Amino acid sequence: MTGRPATPKLVALGPSDGGPASPELVTSRPSEGGTRREFLKGSGALVVCFSASALEPFALAQGRGGAAQRSSVDARLLDSWIGIAADGSVTAHTGKCELGQGIQTAQTQLIAEELSVAVDRVTLIMCDTSICPDQGTTSGSQSHPANFNHANLALACATAREALIDLAATRLAVPRDAIVVDRGVAAVRSDRTKSATYGELVGGRTFSLPVNTNAKRKEPREWTVLGKPMPRVDLPAMATGQLEYVDNVRVPGMVHGAVVRPPEVGAALEGVDESSVRNLPGFIKVVVRKNFVGVVAEKPWQAIRAAAALKATWSAGSGLPRQADFYDHLRTQPSRDTLVVDSQDVDDTASRAATIVKATYRHPYQMHGSMGSSCAVADARDDRITVWSSTQSAYPTRSGVATLLGVPVERVRVVFTRGSGCYGINGADTVSYDAALLSHGVGRPVRVQLSRKDEMAWENYGFAYVIDERVALDATGTIIAWHHESWAPSLGGRPGYDTPGNVVTGMLAGFEPAPFAPRNPAPAPAGRFNNGANAAPSYVTGCVGGACGGTGTVKSERVLTHTIRSPFFTGPLRSPSRLQNTFAHESFMDEIAARVKADPVEYRLRHLRDPRLIDVVKAAAKAAAWESRPSPRPSPGAVAHGRGIACVLYEGDNGYCALVAEVDVDRASGSIAVKRLVASQDCGPISSPDGMKNQIEGGALQGMSRAMGEAVTWDDRKVTSVDWRTYHSLTLGADMPAIESVLINRPDGEAMGAGETTITLVAAAIGNAVFDATGARLREVPFTPERVKAALAAAI
Amino acid sequence: MPISLRVNGRQHTVDVDPATPLLYVLSDDLALRGPKFGCGLGQCGACTVIARGRAIRSCVTPVSAVEGAELVTLEGLGTADAPHPLQRAFIEHQAAQCGFCLNGVILTAKAFLDQSPKATDAEIQQAMSGVLCRCFTNVRMLHAIKQYREKTA
Repeated sequence: MTGRPATPKLVALGPSDGGPASPELVTSRPSEGGTRREFLKGSGALVVCFSASALEPFALAQGRGGAAQRSSVDARLLDSWIGIAADGSVTAHTGKCELGQGIQTAQTQLIAEELSVAVDRVTLIMCDTSICPDQGTTSGSQSHPANFNHANLALACATAREALIDLAATRLAVPRDAIVVDRGVAAVRSDRTKSATYGELVGGRTFSLPVNTNAKRKEPREWTVLGKPMPRVDLPAMATGQLEYVDNVRVPGMVHGAVVRPPEVGAALEGVDESSVRNLPGFIKVVVRKNFVGVVAEKPWQAIRAAAALKATWSAGSGLPRQADFYDHLRTQPSRDTLVVDSQDVDDTASRAATIVKATYRHPYQMHGSMGSSCAVADARDDRITVWSSTQSAYPTRSGVATLLGVPVERVRVVFTRGSGCYGINGADTVSYDAALLSHGVGRPVRVQLSRKDEMAWENYGFAYVIDERVALDATGTIIAWHHESWAPSLGGRPGYDTPGNVVTGMLAGFEPAPFAPRNPAPAPAGRFNNGANAAPSYVTGCVGGACGGTGTVKSERVLTHTIRSPFFTGPLRSPSRLQNTFAHESFMDEIAARVKADPVEYRLRHLRDPRLIDVVKAAAKAAAWESRPSPRPSPGAVAHGRGIACVLYEGDNGYCALVAEVDVDRASGSIAVKRLVASQDCGPISSPDGMKNQIEGGALQGMSRAMGEAVTWDDRKVTSVDWRTYHSLTLGADMPAIESVLINRPDGEAMGAGETTITLVAAAIGNAVFDATGARLREVPFTPERVKAALAAAI
Repeated sequence: MPISLRVNGRQHTVDVDPATPLLYVLSDDLALRGPKFGCGLGQCGACTVIARGRAIRSCVTPVSAVEGAELVTLEGLGTADAPHPLQRAFIEHQAAQCGFCLNGVILTAKAFLDQSPKATDAEIQQAMSGVLCRCFTNVRMLHAIKQYREKTA
């Protein structure tokens, strides 16, 4: 292997769609290595208003500042986004890819709408670095905001539509306002026999225009395709086994690889005995790069057999902290501290309080646990390297592969190809590196698929958390101060453009994860209030730098986060940090309401000031026929029934949601049956209603699986949750609740995220319902029968 | 050694180690896209095929064990243009997200309802208990399966 491991540039700890202490990162400058979302947030004012220079919106199209130079596709040019063939069909290029969330269909609706063409005339090409603009990572509920507001894909479509009208006006010799476009034809409004098809106007040629920041989009009230329920464009092929997933990519001459991961966390390779596999059928080569080991063979089963048979010796691992004490362990470690908000009067206010309420909440590491073990195909035979990958981050993966192989980034192409749903950074990035290393090592195209164990033992887990909550109440029971303090471990994350060591393959191959830099005490909050990780509860004012960006009324507020170096890789898992923090906030709000004998809905509303958050709470309560009364109301009998509510403004600015859960609790067994989930959601203008509903439902049930059973486990050396027997997901045999969705449409609002809202609320809503039913409070996820029984015993 | 397989009505002869799990033969040698590698342990359902009318886990079934059996994969049921009624039910209910599990979900349900066309909801749920959908499209999928049951009963 050529290519020397380089020392990665310092990258801010924990990407903002990943790092548990992310609020501070949101203000980091893109040039310092921030992720796309940091950049989005950091430049949010420009993105929303973009009153400044014409090129600013395109910064949003990029992965981050500086990335534009790395992409040969100039996002400032219309032709980079939209092409029209001689037959009038439209081909669009996007940097936001289909992960199962339905964004291919929603973007197709957007393109068809803005260009006034039939849906079946649109082909969408997603995340191919040779032809699509660099839009960074498809993550963090940012595709709807990025491509459906007045920027990027939506703006390109609007520009194309105006250009087509201009061309038609010239061709038909009428003023442009005399032209109407419909179904791919531009015609004179007063005499529709005078017309030209899109194919006639530009077919096969380029527009050769910049994207026009002043291009006018269609009014939502004119929409006939966007905002309407549309069947998924990919579903017929999926349901009939015809869709190509990355697993199905076949390249002439392709052979198969399998990786050999260390037996313990922190183990280093001491030696490999190639003779142990040399005579196995189909064997081609063992590829070693520092601690990375892989085997290549002619056929997949041969590669798997050879990897299992390979004699490799490893040093002892570095050892792991005891799982039984892990939450306490976190409190004692060096940490990087961040103050999200600090009014500096919390202790003073608390000293005057009538009542203090405190509680501690715990959330385990959880995994993405994709259905498919991750797979990629790489062809690194010559100067031009191609990787077929289901990565969420085509351009960053391209950079990572170039760094790993020591080749200029221009020589690498990443072709996004559909994969198993990821829910954040699963093994897709790391297996892309595996494939690239093995293909480079044998000089042939190589397909690699991880084993289930290698997928689960080495992925970038969702963060464990321990959270202390404390509030002060006045004599009327109103909250007058809120203090939140959390401890969460972090290591690695998304590799971004220059940190391949943030995932296991890069680390094994000699690259360091982003460095951990303890910091104590935390600097004072600066800039503006940013609640990107939902570290601050919805009920505080969020006042930073003289401006108050929170959704609540509690003025005395302090939110302090501690990030600890994790023994395992971590990374964004659907609603990273937001879910864990919201579990604590919303469970705690329920505890406070119970303490003052207030109805949980009424008590929330009493402390909220954001009208849209208030609206979703009211909408969910109404749809659930919420009975106003304090909790708990323990029902007699063996099975107790209760209801609970939770709400959030996701990331502080990216989607409103409230969720009511109804549960039955079997007192004897400690098992919880979730009977009904009612969600209300407001993510601005609804682009694809059934897609949104599907996301609400999937998020609700995935949240239920995470709340009820999922936890990463380990012993003193290695991870022990390595398959579906040891990591407990709900299956299709599980009892499922009835799910109802209330979609609140805000046609004139800004497009927000829709994919991570309900999941954020499920654990709290279920826990609150269990409390309502029994008086037992669940403060640790997952809610196993043992924990429920313990809570029931404690409640007596 | 050469092994004869009958897949979706077509005869194939493959020259592989007879211990090779059926999945690799189907997805690699025969380049079928329906059966998928999920866990390799028979725990998730992604690799399901129908053999002799029963849903089996191809990731843990040696290819030699199904020599001569009639095998049906997801693409053997119907096409996007002419889907099988169960596939159509999934399309009508928009019962998928990433779609990776659809193979196991649809084929497990098909094999079960072929055997037990009047199965109760609880029996269907029991039959699906070894199948995962990590996007958790469960509710829509169960609705689709039940609709198919109603239409075929």
